[in-house]
Amino acid sequence: MGTKTDRRDYRATVRAVAEAYGRDPGFIIPMLQDLQTDLGYVPPEAAKEMAELLHVPLTQIYSVATFYKSFSLVPRGKHIITICMGTVCYLKGGREISALIQSRLGVGPGNTTADRLFTYQPVNCLGACALAPVMVIDDQYFDKVKLGHVPDILETYAKKDERDRDRD
Amino acid sequence: MSVTEIATKKVTCAADLERVRAESSLRASVETVSVAVCTSTGCGAKGAERVFAALEEALRGLPAEAREVTLKRTGCHGFCERGPIVVVQPGDIFYQNVREEDVPEIVRETVLNGRVVESLLYEDSETGRRCVSSTEIPFYRKQRRIVLEHHGLIDPTSIDDYIAVGGYRGLTKALTEMTPEQVIAEVELSGLRGRGGGGFPTGRKWRSCAQAAGELRYVICNGDEGDPGAFMDRSIMEANPYGVIEGMTIGAYAIGASEAFIYVRNEYPLAVVRLQQAIENAREWGLLGENILGTGFSLDIRINRGGGAFVCGESTALMASLQGEPGEPRAKYVHTVESGLHGRPTCLNNVETWVNVPTIVTRGGEWFASIGTERSKGTKVFSLVGNVCNTGLVEVPMGMTLREIVYDIGGGVPEGKALKAVQTGGPSGGCIPEKLLDSPVDFDQLSELGSMMGSGGLIVMDEDTCMVNVARYFVDFLREESCGKCTACREGVAQMSHILNRICAGEGREGDVELLLDLCEIAEEAALCALGTTVPNPVRSTIKHFGEEYDEHIRKKHCSAGQCRGLFEYRIVADTCTGCGLCRKACPQDAISGERKKPHVIDQAKCVQCGACLEVCSFSAIAKV
Repeated sequence: MGTKTDRRDYRATVRAVAEAYGRDPGFIIPMLQDLQTDLGYVPPEAAKEMAELLHVPLTQIYSVATFYKSFSLVPRGKHIITICMGTVCYLKGGREISALIQSRLGVGPGNTTADRLFTYQPVNCLGACALAPVMVIDDQYFDKVKLGHVPDILETYAKKDERDRDRD
Repeated sequence: MSVTEIATKKVTCAADLERVRAESSLRASVETVSVAVCTSTGCGAKGAERVFAALEEALRGLPAEAREVTLKRTGCHGFCERGPIVVVQPGDIFYQNVREEDVPEIVRETVLNGRVVESLLYEDSETGRRCVSSTEIPFYRKQRRIVLEHHGLIDPTSIDDYIAVGGYRGLTKALTEMTPEQVIAEVELSGLRGRGGGGFPTGRKWRSCAQAAGELRYVICNGDEGDPGAFMDRSIMEANPYGVIEGMTIGAYAIGASEAFIYVRNEYPLAVVRLQQAIENAREWGLLGENILGTGFSLDIRINRGGGAFVCGESTALMASLQGEPGEPRAKYVHTVESGLHGRPTCLNNVETWVNVPTIVTRGGEWFASIGTERSKGTKVFSLVGNVCNTGLVEVPMGMTLREIVYDIGGGVPEGKALKAVQTGGPSGGCIPEKLLDSPVDFDQLSELGSMMGSGGLIVMDEDTCMVNVARYFVDFLREESCGKCTACREGVAQMSHILNRICAGEGREGDVELLLDLCEIAEEAALCALGTTVPNPVRSTIKHFGEEYDEHIRKKHCSAGQCRGLFEYRIVADTCTGCGLCRKACPQDAISGERKKPHVIDQAKCVQCGACLEVCSFSAIAKV
């Protein structure tokens, strides 16, 4: 796919997001957040488009998009697996769960599986320490997770996805 | 009168508000039965929404002649360990660990017949007695709830509920009976200190900001609660968003600001939703926006979501982030009260600090100052977590000892294990050993112990915790979160992390501890912001109180707590192993072998120390040695 096509695809979305904040560069963070909500990530071409619309150098958009952890410059998986690495979760087995997920999916922190099904994303603390160790897939919380649960949970999502594809 | 009818009415003066309050309270007293379900993050994760849906359906199915029943969602009760929590009025009946299947019984017995369902009550493990009301539960008995007073009582989406329990009394009093100067004086009198960690006197901050030169001023609420193991602010924003907004409105009046921002952590989606809704409702009611309560005072509040950077909890970094820049702190030669957001005078306080404000204005600074210790007034909310029986949010007067908090409220350490340390203050805090648990908790005492109050995380660690690993965890955390602007933090913390990781991998050398202490000194002296200058706390406190563990790692290459991979082994205790084969099946490495009903063995060459065998063994036959 050529670069030009990409930019045309994103142009309307970027414009709408920028207009919502009056094209004020002070709102780059919420703009990028909205953009990521719409597109699933911040495509480099969309970032370029935004820089032009706001009349700021592209480096300014990039400095923000790369500083904050919540932004992704590459497409993310269909399901986001979040593992809490807060102190309590870490001490109660979060570290082992994280290692197990990484070895099963074959991806490191922040990365996405080749089939684009899962993105693995450890976070500092979800503030749900009573449930430690906590794992969240999309919006679904899994509390007091044990190593033994992990394969089944991943399998459920993979199977569900297979069924969805069959239906399509 | 229904809530929607009231909601369309704008409150234009203090008398209006009092009328609404009277109507709301009247309605509450007429309602015979109310069922409140906590749907905050903790209970929500355990299925509270399903319980709520089941209750909704069951109540809809009741015959028309059945008494009128109100069903509502509330915020966090604090006892997250026992969620989902459902409270039925009258009688203040506190049901815990409620599941969907329990709903028919609750409706049949309690809602329709006023009988208590014994099996859903909390059982006091010491006396074996079932507690009907939350006030009978040991977890709540020693608490003093000011900040959390309305949690679990009010529907966080209903401004009506908030007004009925006395909400907006503080704002009314401030706007109609007090000058800005008097409000500041009241907050000064209260002795309130910032709950975000630093403990700076709030009144003094307000005064400096009010006196700073400039027309336009800003008020900011710091809801970027980043300390791992701390969730007080999330709970407050989710359960009592109007309290935060009212506090900020009073603050804005006192310092003369007309614009305010709430900066909420990206990981707290529910808090954003609740605050957004509260702001819209307050605006609709005329309690925010132009000409509040007809007094001519105007304020608008905006919410900004954080981008996922721990350092943004630091005030100057947060302000940079609000300006759309990377969240890098700056040196504070000029204070933010004089030149903060967009170079204008800015007053930033933490969520819990703001929530204290309406109560201080309503009940007076003197009353507030009567609670707590000499230099730390009021209460403090802690998130009591880790190896403790009653995990949750607790609010206690300043000055209570750590032992009282951990044992009397928290119920001690589970499984009869010994307590090793209590960690306070997040990554910038320190570890306090068991022998110092009788110290009273306040800002100054905790600093003296080499830790800090921080935002209020209180993590209990049992005997199986490796303190070197704990230090490594926090230093790794801070290395990861360092913004990289100043050398002392960027390079110094990275070196500390490198050394600690070496020690935990069994490659520690003589002199490592001394080197760590040197680096601590440099970070403390030279780092730009508190993220860097407080790095020494976790390192020094563990070296000071648990030095023998460093020795063991460095000299004997052994971790007796069994947490540092490679410095211990998983072994099967032949005497206790029944040969059930569960561990053999669970092992992802096929490292376990043995015949059925005969003791198994682990092939150490294949073992990756994942711990799966330990997790599945029901006979305690797997040991870490």
